[in-house]
Amino acid sequence: MRRRAILGYGAAGVGAVALMLFVGWWQVDGPGGPEPVGQRPVALTEMDFRLTDHEGNAVGPETLIGRPTMAFFGFTYCPDVCPTTLSDISEWLDDLGDEAEEMNVVFITVDPERDTVETMAEYVGYFHPAIRGWTGPEEQIARVADSFRATYERVPTESGDYTMNHSASVFLFAASGRFVTMIDYHEPREFAVPKIRRALEEEMEGAT
Amino acid sequence: MKKYILTSTLAALLTLGGLSVPALAGPEDVVVEHAWSRASIGMNRPGAAYMTIRNTGDEPVTLIGLATPLAMMPEIHETKTNAEGVSSMSPAGEIAIAPGESVALEPGGLHAMLMRLQELMTEGDTFPLTLLFDDGGEVTVEVPILGIAARGPED
Ligand SMILES: [Cu+2]
Repeated sequence: MRRRAILGYGAAGVGAVALMLFVGWWQVDGPGGPEPVGQRPVALTEMDFRLTDHEGNAVGPETLIGRPTMAFFGFTYCPDVCPTTLSDISEWLDDLGDEAEEMNVVFITVDPERDTVETMAEYVGYFHPAIRGWTGPEEQIARVADSFRATYERVPTESGDYTMNHSASVFLFAASGRFVTMIDYHEPREFAVPKIRRALEEEMEGAT
Repeated sequence: MKKYILTSTLAALLTLGGLSVPALAGPEDVVVEHAWSRASIGMNRPGAAYMTIRNTGDEPVTLIGLATPLAMMPEIHETKTNAEGVSSMSPAGEIAIAPGESVALEPGGLHAMLMRLQELMTEGDTFPLTLLFDDGGEVTVEVPILGIAARGPED
């Protein structure tokens, strides 16, 4: 009888340790983990830039305040990473269903030379209808990237063209404009969708 | 059997000529699966194709290049994402595949980069892509062209 009780505590102990390990992983490396300090974007309310969306509307950080936001950088001449990110996002939005309708989803080009308003309009048309495409003058793009702590670089290719190296993470902001978290490229959907929900839930808290 | 004889004969000839070469791996040992690509928007943008290349033979094989009538400059590329989350792409060079091993060309990693398209990549079509190996072997696959938002071979 006594022995069984000890065994019982033993099993509970193993369970508790496993739970602690899991919680530790979740908070350190998992979806609950903090972002590295110094690389976090500033709040949208602290940003200042003027761009044009794919329908020709003037847009800026204030366009995004009031709804949670998912934003990322790319360019339409990107053969691998960008279409993959856009289709990943389209899939996450499908998973979220109605919840996604309350979000801003913005694809900001780092290649304004080739990505005109018309080009952006055609490109985003192939993906989820919630995705907006933003472009603008080079110096405004530089300002946005700077506020996001994102980087990009023009690199010549052997074919005589150029390609762009760029930050491939997806940034999430609450409706208040506060930065919530980011989704790294290659992060599995099991992590991405809960992170998006975190940004969405923060809005609920603010609303009540 | 036929391949074995051919290889032995070649090896014998080369040995007679004073050259020491590794045994040749024929293209019949290379199996390409799950090939797919995305439709292009116009012809100014590069395309990308993905697949799994399996070496079912007993000897290593080395992929050294690509050829296709679809693009003037097809090349194996690799996308890398660094600790800061910045993605970049560069030529992957030669790719050795050990016996029994396979190499996956998939989004965000290795891809067949199709530079200077000669034709539009239209959803529903296919195009031939030839893999060139260091022993002179070639394997040609028909790559299906899926939608622009495709995520994998089953889309
Ligand atoms: Cu490439």
